[in-house]
Amino acid sequence: MSIIPNWLYRLSSPKNFYRFAGTASNWCGWIALFLFVIGLYYGLINSPPDYQQGDTTRIMYVHVPAAWMSMFVYMVMAISAAVGMIWRIKASTAFANASAPIGAMFTALALATGMLWGKPMWGTYWVWDARLTSELILLFLYLGYMALQSAIDDRETAARATAILALVGMVNIPIIHYSVEWWNTLHQGATVTKLDKPSIHISMLIPLLIMAVAFKFYYLSNVFRRARCEMLEREQDKLWVRELLGENGSE
Amino acid sequence: MNEARLGTAFVSLLRRDLMLAYRHRAQMLNPLLFFVIVVSLFPLGLDPEPELLHTIAPGVIWVAALLAAMLSLDSMFRSDFDDGSLEQLLLTPHPLPLLVLAKVVAHWLTSGLPLLVLAPVLGVLLNLGSESLFPLLATLALGTPILSLIGSIGVALTVGLRGGGVLLSLLILPLYIPVLIFAANAVGNAGAGLDITGQLAFLGSLLALASALAPLATAAALRISLN
Repeated sequence: MSIIPNWLYRLSSPKNFYRFAGTASNWCGWIALFLFVIGLYYGLINSPPDYQQGDTTRIMYVHVPAAWMSMFVYMVMAISAAVGMIWRIKASTAFANASAPIGAMFTALALATGMLWGKPMWGTYWVWDARLTSELILLFLYLGYMALQSAIDDRETAARATAILALVGMVNIPIIHYSVEWWNTLHQGATVTKLDKPSIHISMLIPLLIMAVAFKFYYLSNVFRRARCEMLEREQDKLWVRELLGENGSE
Repeated sequence: MNEARLGTAFVSLLRRDLMLAYRHRAQMLNPLLFFVIVVSLFPLGLDPEPELLHTIAPGVIWVAALLAAMLSLDSMFRSDFDDGSLEQLLLTPHPLPLLVLAKVVAHWLTSGLPLLVLAPVLGVLLNLGSESLFPLLATLALGTPILSLIGSIGVALTVGLRGGGVLLSLLILPLYIPVLIFAANAVGNAGAGLDITGQLAFLGSLLALASALAPLATAAALRISLN
């Protein structure tokens, strides 16, 4: 227990986690909304159009943060699943399970916006670009994780099995990413499909970063809410849940 | 526990699995037949033009090899799980990753190695030139053990589940992508007269990585599946 600080240990108890997640979810939700309003205003209205791509470049303010999040969430998911498996912390497992659908959603969003962006820019919805391809494979990994989770009836077994799968996936993601990149350069050479952004102008960078932070808070808000529901389901026979329901019922 | 007893456990488990595979020869042959049939479907579905076949041959043979490996994977732990001998394996004092490795080696000898024998024939059917023959065999020799190793993790996770077969392919096929990319590319490049040592080195390092890590993950997954 020496590795885990005391406050974290106390937080990891299902009852405390449930309370904390509720508060955290609300706070993160409001912060996300605030940042979304600012980021979208600067991104969609108050930033210059790209000198080459015109207004289509504005899809970047959704596409790039979504793509960043898709990788980030998988990493968070794998680490928290591993922590949940090693120290048997239910809150951590719930966090990992709650992350999977949200991460898959971010990946799908990155793919969809990428395709919409590709149509005017490359003239086609889909090219076997290295980044698009590795996003697609990442989506498959998320779907596999969710499929395994739903295939195992026992919650404890499911949590530990999916943790192993997530860790295997995390070892594989860099290998897949670089092999796809290598494959792509070998097949197509240096084509215009590479979205090189060596110097993004500051007036575009700021809304982009605001949007990225907004996406993070949106994710946190969502993941806490989902983890809270999962915790209630897991602990439905426990005293604290019955007390909670009893209190709410009597009010 | 001394070295000799570890070695004995490894060898006797390997011999047992090979014996079982030999007794169920037909079961072992089915994935191989599948491999041949899938490959021979492509010229029928596409144009049987020699140039086209030559271009698609590496990819087609390798995709078929992946699918054949998927089909044969299910037998790795299934019968042992059904008759309870898998639980006995977990109860032995020997380290489980080593026993897993023995089962993976047995699986490769009965499913991966026969592909090596069949592949040159299929190469001829698909108009793969003689200069690509050695690269094809080399990539299969390096690549198919990786398929067995990575596959064993998936089988171990799904062994007790209903409809595990379809789930298995969903879990494992994305992880097979690097092998497919490097192997098919090596064969294709060899046909174009290019150097392929880079791809073979990548496959070799993937094999080293998989054989070091996959048995550990499989052992952990088996303990979870059998609870």
